[in-house]
Amino acid sequence: MNAPESPVVLTFPHRHLLGIEGLLPPDIVSLLDRADEALEFGRQVEKKKTALRGRTQINLFFEASTRTQSSFELAGKRLGADVMNMAVANSALKKGETLVDTAMTLNAMRPDILVVRHASAGAVELLSHKVSCSVINAGDGAHEHPTQALLDALTIRRRKGRIDGLTVAICGDIAHSRVARSNIILLGTLGARVRVVAPSTLLPAGIDRLGVEVHTDMATGLRDADIVMMLRLQRERMTGNSVPSVREYFHFFGLDAAKLAHAKPDALVMHPGPMNRGVEIDSDVADGAQSVIRDQVEIGVAVRMAVLEALAAHLPNA
Amino acid sequence: MSAILFTNARLVDPASGREGSGSLLVTGDVIGGVHWGGGETGAPGGAEVVDCAGAVVAPGLVDLRVFVGEPGAEHRETFASAGRAAAAGGVTTIVTMPDTDPVIDDIALVDFIARRARDEAAVRVYPSASVTKGLQGREMTEFGLLREAGAVAFTEGRRTITHAGLMRNALTYARDFGGLIMHLGIDPDLHGDGVMNEGEVATRLGLPGAPKESEIVILERDVRLAALTGGRYHAASVTCAQSLDIIRRAKNEGLDVTCGASINHLSLNENDIGPYRTFLRLSPPLRSEDDRQAMIAGLADGTIDVIVSDHDPQDVETKRHPFAEAADGAVGLETMLAAALRLVHNGDVDLPTLMRAMSARPAALLGHDTGKLAAGAPADLIVLDPDEPWICDTDMLRSRSKNTPFEGARFQGAVQRTVVAGRTVSNYAL
Repeated sequence: MNAPESPVVLTFPHRHLLGIEGLLPPDIVSLLDRADEALEFGRQVEKKKTALRGRTQINLFFEASTRTQSSFELAGKRLGADVMNMAVANSALKKGETLVDTAMTLNAMRPDILVVRHASAGAVELLSHKVSCSVINAGDGAHEHPTQALLDALTIRRRKGRIDGLTVAICGDIAHSRVARSNIILLGTLGARVRVVAPSTLLPAGIDRLGVEVHTDMATGLRDADIVMMLRLQRERMTGNSVPSVREYFHFFGLDAAKLAHAKPDALVMHPGPMNRGVEIDSDVADGAQSVIRDQVEIGVAVRMAVLEALAAHLPNA
Repeated sequence: MSAILFTNARLVDPASGREGSGSLLVTGDVIGGVHWGGGETGAPGGAEVVDCAGAVVAPGLVDLRVFVGEPGAEHRETFASAGRAAAAGGVTTIVTMPDTDPVIDDIALVDFIARRARDEAAVRVYPSASVTKGLQGREMTEFGLLREAGAVAFTEGRRTITHAGLMRNALTYARDFGGLIMHLGIDPDLHGDGVMNEGEVATRLGLPGAPKESEIVILERDVRLAALTGGRYHAASVTCAQSLDIIRRAKNEGLDVTCGASINHLSLNENDIGPYRTFLRLSPPLRSEDDRQAMIAGLADGTIDVIVSDHDPQDVETKRHPFAEAADGAVGLETMLAAALRLVHNGDVDLPTLMRAMSARPAALLGHDTGKLAAGAPADLIVLDPDEPWICDTDMLRSRSKNTPFEGARFQGAVQRTVVAGRTVSNYAL
């Protein structure tokens, strides 16, 4: 006897979102589609959904962050979750207690979803092995920042209508950037041509093996690009070790109108924030017609709603 | 006097390179006789007769690089637990590292190690002493007195002597006493905040990498200083093709330079780190597969003199962290031989060559009479079934720490019996 026909429901087949690595194109597309809906929803007066009603979401940030944490907080609240923020960076937990101890303590409070940021690569995955709830990686060291890559991809897709076949130049501190890694994997998986552009001191060894074109000059790196994605340069790297000075960096790698002119006329300018104006990006460009930096922020909330909703389907009693 | 007769054995004598069937008699604490070929040697009355049924009888392993938690970190390893682990793994001599708390930089402490180990450990334990007082990298220790007290070598353990002038003086002064300097050098500035080998794998994992040049530049410097001073220099753990080239050149020049390789760098590569497995966080870090292949070639052609376990017990407090925050090190006494036998089973080296690097050569570097099957030599022996399969179960490890990189690994080759000075210290059959 055949089962009655039921509508095809795209389910996200993972309990955690630890990185883009390991996701298949349909996984990514389903999250982007879901986020598209959430975006429209977020523009209504009534922004409250019930997918996470009764659920507890803990934002566990071992590294300070304003925008990512508030984005996740808002996303959780719009889905009806009880959201608690724990800024471990400032708490007594930081010293003495290990990450795993902290994880097990929190787990005993029976949260449904943990959103975790940590300064060490792999820390979020380690934590995910020690808890029984769903875990979302909100950034682990220089490893991955999957929701940032998803929101970047959706920003691109909404403006360009596609990702496949586009040329994306990711510029700046590739070596220390989790945003770069997640984007390289995601955009490559969806068929974009990805370039990285940076001084060699900010390029990690073996980056060419990740399927990207490597450039050390903005003119060639940006030539005919559809997307110019700038990365933040951490202050401690500006003064002599990786880069001699801010003015030298801005001169050769800061995005201004002249450098942007090498890209396609309709190229989009993106930045994960927070921006260092006058370091990696000129204010005129950051606020210019080609900039979609503010869109990224709005889309960020929608993407995080989509991810939370997708994982909620795997929660017990869902 | 007690006696054991091992009959029907496959004798492997790494000192002479000879391998064949035969029997071996242990009389008291020495080898009473070695009988190659068929037929039987007579056993004295009351001797225990062991029918080896074709299993290998070879000298026990001599391990030049072992960290024991005693004194100062007994919760990680004691002489008793390290001794049990060594005996189970077929290791009959271990050389302990001086980076304990307190540091082994004084004759009273060398004496303490020797006495504690004699009372507690089932195998022979010889302390090394630090090159500099308190491992501070400034003032030399009393090489002459320490040697008289029983220190078999001088090393900074995990630390690097960055000061070239100090290294020169240490090599020069130690030479007068025949002292062996064992050094694991990693340039701290070049290594930076690296936690694994620099390259594609580190980049994918988002972990800070360190270039292998941080090992190479110090080794090159040390070899030049060995040439300048004529001192006895032993590179404690080389890991890459370029380091082996440096050692080859030094040997061709006739310098008194030797090198060791950890079993980890002969068995594993950086890809084995997988999802941030901290038990594979080592110093020096695991390298590429190309480097591992070069290491195997270096073992086969004799460039690598000795294989060490680099046994370094760590507990959850130091290992259960994100990769970049975890401590370096892996235990290895119990798995060293089984992991090394993979090279034999793969046809990379033959058993006498392997056993030479694990017994005859390290014994010779220490000036010991072990590491050979010869009448009159100390009866430090193993009986080994080189084909017996087993799986490395962490809970079964005798070591007090369980940080093995071989968790769940399938091995072929198990030690059936370990004999130290004629006394059976581990017997699988019992």
